[in-house]
Amino acid sequence: MTDTTPPLPEKARAAEGPWATAWRRLKRDRAALAALAVLLVILAACLAAPLYATYVSGTNPFATNLNGTITVDGKSRDVLEASTEGLGLGLTPIGPTWQLGPYMLGADNQGRDVAARLLYGGRNSLFIAGAAAVLCLVVATFVGVVAGFFGGLVDTVLSRILDVLWAFPIFLLAISLSIVLISQPLLIGPFEIRSGSLALPIVIIGVVYIPYVARPIRNHVITLMKSEFVTAAVGLGASPWRILWVDILPNVVTRIIVFVPLMLALNMIIESALSFLSIGVQPPDASWGTIIQDGQGLLYSRPAVALAPGIAIAVTVLALNIFGDGVRDALDPKSTVRIG
Amino acid sequence: MLFALLARLGQMVLVMFGISVVAFLIFFATPGADPSARIAGRNASQETLQQVRHDFGLDRPLPVQYALMMKRLFVTRDLTSFVNRGQKVIPTVMNAIPITLSLVCGAAVLWVLGGLVVGVVAGATRGSYVDRGLMMLGLAGISMPVFWLGEVANLVTQSRWHDTWAFSWVPALGYVPLSVDPWGWFKALVIPWTVLATLYVGLYGRVLRASLIEMMQEDFIRTARAKGIGETRVLLHHGLRTSLVAFVTMFGLDFGALVGGGALLTEVVFGLQGVGKLTYDALQTLDLPMILATVIYASFFVVMANFVVDILHAILDPRARDAR
Repeated sequence: MTDTTPPLPEKARAAEGPWATAWRRLKRDRAALAALAVLLVILAACLAAPLYATYVSGTNPFATNLNGTITVDGKSRDVLEASTEGLGLGLTPIGPTWQLGPYMLGADNQGRDVAARLLYGGRNSLFIAGAAAVLCLVVATFVGVVAGFFGGLVDTVLSRILDVLWAFPIFLLAISLSIVLISQPLLIGPFEIRSGSLALPIVIIGVVYIPYVARPIRNHVITLMKSEFVTAAVGLGASPWRILWVDILPNVVTRIIVFVPLMLALNMIIESALSFLSIGVQPPDASWGTIIQDGQGLLYSRPAVALAPGIAIAVTVLALNIFGDGVRDALDPKSTVRIG
Repeated sequence: MLFALLARLGQMVLVMFGISVVAFLIFFATPGADPSARIAGRNASQETLQQVRHDFGLDRPLPVQYALMMKRLFVTRDLTSFVNRGQKVIPTVMNAIPITLSLVCGAAVLWVLGGLVVGVVAGATRGSYVDRGLMMLGLAGISMPVFWLGEVANLVTQSRWHDTWAFSWVPALGYVPLSVDPWGWFKALVIPWTVLATLYVGLYGRVLRASLIEMMQEDFIRTARAKGIGETRVLLHHGLRTSLVAFVTMFGLDFGALVGGGALLTEVVFGLQGVGKLTYDALQTLDLPMILATVIYASFFVVMANFVVDILHAILDPRARDAR
């Protein structure tokens, strides 16, 4: 086959910017888009928690309801029923009704609606993960950029501090901080942080991951400082300030964005673990981790209490990881950010 | 080489010192957190507080307190619990170590084997449905909180399906010493091993697959193929061997982190009285000396693991020797 007609001249068009390229790549990644959709649904459901509690479950998910009764299939049942297992002593909370209405997923041992608590708990879990990620990324970027950009003594001091924090087992660091901070109110200057405040888990989770983010950013900045375009900028007489803003930071931003979904996933897991150990979110607030803990004593009689929040965590974290993979492939295909 | 080794040792000692200072400061010098109030219990009178402060040396300057604490922790080894008076902290931790090691070593065997199989199979069948399925499963394993997975395993093996043929052999929760009853030890730990390994199988499988795929595009693989070596042998002998360097590094770090406290959640869920469970119990009663001892023990384990990994890395990969 001989096709001798010359190809049509392409229309001259402006080169695609890096953001447009990344967006185009992400749009083609169906798994990542599906994961994003799942995340948005979960977020919307959690934001709608008050609506669910008012219009569907009709109970206050934060008040104990030991003597309540509900009507299921036309029959009136106690929320806390006499136990039918073993010697028949004690009370077992009502199991899942599997109908849209009160106690869809059953009650916990204080007679509170698990489904409504699940949605409220999701708000806290997502909020803590998000706020801790923001805190961690802002501080880590600052530390990493300062250490990499100024080098010398500043870098040495900051790097050594990061080394020590890095060597500290992350989980134990979080536990240690939690024990000390959660047992009594903390005074920092004029600010008093209540011991049950959500700020504590946020700060703790945000702080422990700083070395994990700051180190790669510092190394990246050092590589950038040696690159030809920075040398060129120096040669053209650009001020250090301008080099920082125009040459360094825009290149660091993509790295930071790659970190966001992965940090959210890690934060969700560690928040649930701390809350499960009762040193994260404090009652009466709920999070997915505290609900799993509530369900621990009911594991064999009413497994839904512990199963539901665990499934919620697993689905959310899985979606974050899949979306994170997509974002990484789109923005920074060569990076080797590790999940876990 | 010797000089580098010594420098690395010196660095390790410095980091350990740093960690002990950080741990000490967290527990004994956080603003607003008075350890003597914890020891004396709730609603203690001012006199009791003063007495406690004096007894435990908490009225001395911080550096002196630090030195005293470290001396009792490492030199005289007679630091006692604040809660269970008379219980010595160091022997208690020492007795818990075999349990944690049993748990982590068994899980490590499972996750290394599992990770190798998943990584090699996925890497060899790159892009196929097998590959995608394995990677999805791996990601699912990474995404589950380990303590929740443990509870699900308990629900299945201890309650729901305990009376069926599949799980009737599962003993009640708890630890059986290896020296007393090896078969009982195995039966008691096999479910915890599987649960703990699940996360790492996914992680290692994914990392190994990525590394294999990268390696298979290297020049030496093309050379090996050009020599007429079979594809299986190229993959296992040339590709896998070079990929294992990253694998070994990761393994050392994760093993250290797990022995040093990462297995806490698994121990709590399965009722194994290891170091993690010890930390957890001390946490419930705010037993500061016990927590300090387990945290410092754990951190040292992590630092040692880092050190061993660096040495191994230098032995396995000559390029790394001069990099630091």
